[in-house]
Amino acid sequence: MISLRPLKPFRFPVLAECINPDVFQGKTLNEIETLQVWEGNKQKKLGELFKIDEVKTENQPDNPAITLYGDVSKVRRIGLGMKSGEITLNGDAGMHLGEEMKGGNITVHGNTGGWTGSMMKAGTIEIFGSAGDYLGAPYRGSTEGMHGGRIVVHGNVGTEAGANMKKGIIKIYGSAGQFVGFRMHDGTIYVQGDCEGRAGACMVNGKIVVGGHLESVLPSFTIDGIRPKVKIEENEVAEGPLYVFLGDLVENGNGKLYVSKQKNPHLNSYEKFL
Amino acid sequence: MELLVKNGFVYDPLNGVNGEKMDIAVRDGKIVESVNERRARKINASGMAVMPGGVDIHTHIAGSEVNTGRLLRPEDHFRDFESKTSVTRAGVGRSIPSTFTTGYRYARMGYTTIMNPSMPPLEAKHTHEELNDTPMLDKASYPLLGNWWFVLEYLAQGKIKECARHIAWIMSSTKGYAIKIVNPGGLEAWGFGHNVKGLDDQVPYFCTTPREIIRGLCKANKLLNLPHTIHVHANNLGKPGNYTTTLETLKCVEDLATEDKPVIHLTHCQFSAFKGDDWRTLESGAEEIANYMNGHSHATMDMGQVIFTDTTTMTADGPFQYALYGLTGNKWVNHDVETETSGGIVPFRYHRKSYVHAVQWSIGLELALLIKDPWRIFMTTDHPNGGPFTSYPKIIAWLISKKAREASLKRINARARSRSLLPSMDRELSLYEIATVTRAGQARALGLKNKGHLGVGADADIAVYNVNPETTDISRKYRTVRRAFRRAAYTVKGGELVVKDGAILKHVDGHTMWLDVKVSEPARITGDMKRRFKDYWTVEYENYPVNEDHLKGLDPITVKARV
Repeated sequence: MISLRPLKPFRFPVLAECINPDVFQGKTLNEIETLQVWEGNKQKKLGELFKIDEVKTENQPDNPAITLYGDVSKVRRIGLGMKSGEITLNGDAGMHLGEEMKGGNITVHGNTGGWTGSMMKAGTIEIFGSAGDYLGAPYRGSTEGMHGGRIVVHGNVGTEAGANMKKGIIKIYGSAGQFVGFRMHDGTIYVQGDCEGRAGACMVNGKIVVGGHLESVLPSFTIDGIRPKVKIEENEVAEGPLYVFLGDLVENGNGKLYVSKQKNPHLNSYEKFL
Repeated sequence: MELLVKNGFVYDPLNGVNGEKMDIAVRDGKIVESVNERRARKINASGMAVMPGGVDIHTHIAGSEVNTGRLLRPEDHFRDFESKTSVTRAGVGRSIPSTFTTGYRYARMGYTTIMNPSMPPLEAKHTHEELNDTPMLDKASYPLLGNWWFVLEYLAQGKIKECARHIAWIMSSTKGYAIKIVNPGGLEAWGFGHNVKGLDDQVPYFCTTPREIIRGLCKANKLLNLPHTIHVHANNLGKPGNYTTTLETLKCVEDLATEDKPVIHLTHCQFSAFKGDDWRTLESGAEEIANYMNGHSHATMDMGQVIFTDTTTMTADGPFQYALYGLTGNKWVNHDVETETSGGIVPFRYHRKSYVHAVQWSIGLELALLIKDPWRIFMTTDHPNGGPFTSYPKIIAWLISKKAREASLKRINARARSRSLLPSMDRELSLYEIATVTRAGQARALGLKNKGHLGVGADADIAVYNVNPETTDISRKYRTVRRAFRRAAYTVKGGELVVKDGAILKHVDGHTMWLDVKVSEPARITGDMKRRFKDYWTVEYENYPVNEDHLKGLDPITVKARV
């Protein structure tokens, strides 16, 4: 296992796509130290910014593992495109964590910045703190959102979580900002806490489950019924009763928006349309 | 400053030089007979092909529409960026690169002159500001006149001479170069949510038809002695079965031709050569169009080749772009409806496994190969509609090598492959013909006297490509050729060496060419016209014309008109 600790607090954003188990694999410590990163507009070696150690554990994991300690919230693109292995962050992480990842695990014991798991294809990201905006969403303007994989956030998330999602699952145990599942095509988003609004705007297909308070449902959604519970994934069920809305009709969509009945008494006016 | 390009195999079709080993001498930005060999800077081009700098007759690189395309597509930028160097500026963009990057990328491919084909007159200032920031290239713009109210009114009344004088005024006030006609009549109709479907449809609110617009502007073009012909984007573009409209468009000006000189340029012909009733029965109409072209000499064309890639379509043809938006469901911008034209932008991806896209790919190449005279069909992608201009080397490879075509054919949609005419075509263009379709022919069609050739007195725009025609069988080693055309060994612009081995050595600003048309009696600017500017335009008449100090590197071309 390789451990990285920042030598001193970062003053400028650092682009460190080389912090990636696939890149570290088969390299000696010296080779890892000489990997190139950008700090602001200067190119630096990884060893100039981090103290890098090899930690010998009794049962070495098959896949290479990387552990980061300390605040790396200015370090972007950690685990970009990783295919296997594990990254554990003990502290806050910066933007674009696990962007386009194709496999492996990332665990964060802290918060993450925007675009976490952006455009990911497979693999798992688990965040025990909160995540920023655009969780699993593609780069601005692109329609190629999350194509698979799993993101679990135990805290809150910002706006546009799971935008343009095509497949996969996002679970948020805290609350979510506006536009959850914006332009979603398929997949599942579960928000256990409250949702700020405009959930599922322009969604075409897929499933959004809001377990907490949702201020209002977009007028382009139509009520379909009330369900006692809904399946999130294997072994996980959101208990209801839940209102089921279909939309977004603006896009001729057939997405499903489940909203807790108990937490949203203001939505009971929809029941007369049933 | 003297320069000597030594020992290259020179391809200069306008002067009939076909691969002869010669030296090209340059002094003060012009090609001269000879220079002092000891003093001149020498470029060793031995074993390489020397051609005039490339000329692109139709490429959307500047203007409000292109810029909106840039705004629409941040995802196009972030995967393709160029960092600043000591010489060049930073830039981004694949299908719609930023202005500086556009200039550098063209120069790297040995191109030195480009024509920006759609400039709404109201956006002329914007267009010229962007062209000012497009380095390494000489450039010009075509104002869109096929749906311009005053033109439509003059033509409806049959006042060709007044129309011609008005166009002379437009050319100087927008600093334009040629008459561009996009979907004549259709764009005006689009302002009201309609379109025209054929050459004899009435344009709503104007008592005229597309046929009258095309013929009228063609006559005005002749009266004004403009160097280029009318530049026409036909009606019904991008609709199955539109090849008949295309043929009608070509036929409708047949009688206006004299002395075998072209009177019409039909642009991005691939998009106008569809046969069939709907997308499912789409077929190539290239054979019919090529047969017509081979039998007539009054028209020129450019390919508008499709490349299998992700690109951004943008034309002034608003109704067509709306249909494209309906097909793709992608994001889009309806643009420029408030100006004298319309416009639309839709990101688009051409898939090789899609039947329609594969047929389109095939049509472009069929046109280029079936039309026998390389002086009348030119190589373009209608950048960025068919694909970015950086794919030109790919098209060159397809044109010079049957092997390259077969390699690509293997990978396209099977049904499209079985219907394509390409497997039956053995024609392979020589480097001489490539020099014709990429520079000499385009320069001649544009009436550029000092471009596209290497004769004495021409502008010293030279491209040197690292391909040896003596030792390389270009049709077999098409990859070598493709590589060579992707990165020119040397590009000389205005007598200065600006590119070496695909790297920019020097940042130079090009000129903007525009027509200063001398008419015997200038167009009357009536009070009525000024009032309409006040009522309908967002810019007052006084602020409308582009002043000369707005342009960097002014290169007016004086034309004496017959009116």
